[in-house]
Amino acid sequence: MAKEKSNTAKLDFKLEYAAAPESKSSAKINSKYGLFINGKFEKPESKKYFDTINPATEEKIATIAEANQTDVNKAVKAARTAYNNVWSKMPAKERAKYIYRIARMIQERARELAIIETMDGGKPIRESRDIDIPLAANHFFYYAGWADKLQYAFPNKKIAPLGVAGQIIPWNFPLLMAAWKIAPALATGNTVVLKPAETTPLTALKLAEIIQESDLPPGVVNIITGAGATGAAIVNHPDINKIAFTGSTDVGKIIQRAIAGTNKKATLELGGKAANIIFDDAPLDQAVEGVINGIFFNQGHVCCAGSRLFVQESVYNKVLQKLRDRIETLIVGDPLDKNTDIGAINSKQQMDTILKYLKIGEKEGAVMHQSQCSIPKKGYFIRPTLFTNVAQSSRIVQEEIFGPVLTIQTFRTDDEVIEKANNTPYGLSAGVWTDKGSKIFNLTTKMRAGVVWANTFNKFDPTSPFGGYKESGFGREGGLHGLGAYLK
Amino acid sequence: MAVTQTNFTIPDFSISPKIDQIGVEERAKRFTARSIKTTSKLSGLKLVLNMIDLTTLEGKDTNGKVKQLCYKAQHLHNNYPDLPTVAAVCVYPSMVKVAKNALGNSGVKVAAVATAFPSGQAPKEVKITDTKFAVDNGADEIDMVISRGKFLQGEYNFVFDEIATIKEACGNARLKVILETGELVTYDNVRKASDIAMYAGADFIKTSTGKIQPAATMPVTLVMLEAIRDFYYKTGKMIAMKPAGGISKSKAALHYLVMLQETLGSAWMSNHWFRFGASSLANDVLMQLEKERTGVYQSANYFSID
Repeated sequence: MAKEKSNTAKLDFKLEYAAAPESKSSAKINSKYGLFINGKFEKPESKKYFDTINPATEEKIATIAEANQTDVNKAVKAARTAYNNVWSKMPAKERAKYIYRIARMIQERARELAIIETMDGGKPIRESRDIDIPLAANHFFYYAGWADKLQYAFPNKKIAPLGVAGQIIPWNFPLLMAAWKIAPALATGNTVVLKPAETTPLTALKLAEIIQESDLPPGVVNIITGAGATGAAIVNHPDINKIAFTGSTDVGKIIQRAIAGTNKKATLELGGKAANIIFDDAPLDQAVEGVINGIFFNQGHVCCAGSRLFVQESVYNKVLQKLRDRIETLIVGDPLDKNTDIGAINSKQQMDTILKYLKIGEKEGAVMHQSQCSIPKKGYFIRPTLFTNVAQSSRIVQEEIFGPVLTIQTFRTDDEVIEKANNTPYGLSAGVWTDKGSKIFNLTTKMRAGVVWANTFNKFDPTSPFGGYKESGFGREGGLHGLGAYLK
Repeated sequence: MAVTQTNFTIPDFSISPKIDQIGVEERAKRFTARSIKTTSKLSGLKLVLNMIDLTTLEGKDTNGKVKQLCYKAQHLHNNYPDLPTVAAVCVYPSMVKVAKNALGNSGVKVAAVATAFPSGQAPKEVKITDTKFAVDNGADEIDMVISRGKFLQGEYNFVFDEIATIKEACGNARLKVILETGELVTYDNVRKASDIAMYAGADFIKTSTGKIQPAATMPVTLVMLEAIRDFYYKTGKMIAMKPAGGISKSKAALHYLVMLQETLGSAWMSNHWFRFGASSLANDVLMQLEKERTGVYQSANYFSID
């Protein structure tokens, strides 16, 4: 026990809760998955398969089909046929019923989906249970409601779907991103060919099972698996009318080049390096909590993560002390344990990227603070990390790390921090912490970011549009804006 | 992170840190998502028992009632081997002597509510006399109430001086300062009152008298724990915390312990630094402990009501 009086005030967190793991028994996972084309699971023409592994244990979970050009052709053909013959002709309120049914079925199987999401992707069960899966269901509910009200959503516009949408989604929020993409596309009368990321295909395939059970007409949603080559085949397919992509800025640029000169429409939701700004009048304890949530949510694998912290210099020491104590109470470990705050890094490749940046940071002269917590020997884990002594010119401040790594800079005035926050090729999100309303409005109007959160961070809702400025992409998903992106 | 202790300057209480209501309520809720199982649950429940201030504060309190409560404090459930005692018995000053005799050298402390509890609407002299009477009768701890009326009038110096005066009257007794958060209403006020109490010499800060609703809640307690943390960062001095009123279930008590552990750390995890002001909580904890021990829930009739 600490002495009642001492010269140095140091908090001591010997945190240990008995294991409270979620049981895997309610998750039904096949050993092998085919491609979901035209309402059926089919063997790939490529005859090739790859493994998906659990990043927390490095164990193989299932074998997944790899779609080649022929498979993509089949899927697009199925989607086109379903579009021409069934989906574009169906009354909107009938379409809505299917979308609503899918939402209900996701809710009913929420527990199973949460467990699989956590096993396949490494995110803590608390997050997949409380955030990913409920939000995914909410997106389907929300867009089901719009399907027969499009004329009201867009007055004086002739409502017409685009046709076949090719959708490519990332590994950080597998089911949620599938919901963001599929729900508005179906509500507006489009059909879909969707490819989940190669490291996290399982919940999308479970969604395919749900879609099959929901009796959605065959071919309206096709889910095919594979890596970059499969994605490229979708992007370059001549019979696709729209590409919706969420992922890295590099791949986004490749896609934009590929579709230049074609009639394909696109929405790209790419990387980010969000500024989270704490003013000296902010409620500091709540701001610190928001910073923690902003960068360590989903191991930092969040495109809108608040990875650059700006603290007004007069409260810098206080904030840093609070942050350093707070990261000591984060529990890193088994993602299936209900008490885990930070789970496993999604893949070996991503872990190597993050470790590379930790080295770069140290080489640049930044000071690294990591929590003292123990991490499992097996699996891909990284302790929550703070970097101080960094500048705008540091690579770790400029480049997206996509991991549990926060850089901390100071600022003096409003104008200075606005300039620094906007001084990045990205512009997806930002956060402002202050007790003063006028400061919030001043900042939010000047911040070049698609989403600006005030006194909170990483809050998502189906009714709210989401998307980026500059190299963070274009087009919006969610809300009415998300519907507009799937209409002519 | 280490800080160097600077000289002890009294801050301007009118500019106490601001609290964001939504943020603090969200954070408090997050603690309830911790899953406390098996060994953690067992040791947690025993710690909860050991942190209870068993309380009777009724106009109709009698010697007999207090004596029986004191027996319960030392013998929570004799069927269960090696149970701890509660931390203290909390009574009115007139009952301190009775309680002190009944508790003997059991180690269970006697706490007395003083300073014209629960309203605090009395002249300073009366409050000092009230406090001294309790201390002279053997009270180990004094639970005082702040003058909420003065606080809400903005007379922070009055509130500060009053606490400092009572602290002096306490002598060696530890002083718990009751903010009566249900009457302060906002988190900003709770934070400000916490700061005033700590700088004025409180050993404990305590949420409520139990006579006003709402009494202790998790967000209010969190605001106070964070005030304690800031005070500790600044001065190196530990202050204890006592949420009182409204915590009657084991599960809720365990959530408070999680919040304490994750806000202030292991050093605060004892009844010297944290108390529950509660009377019905003890039996619920005992019921859970018996369930853990025997595998089945027992009827409430198997647990004594004192």
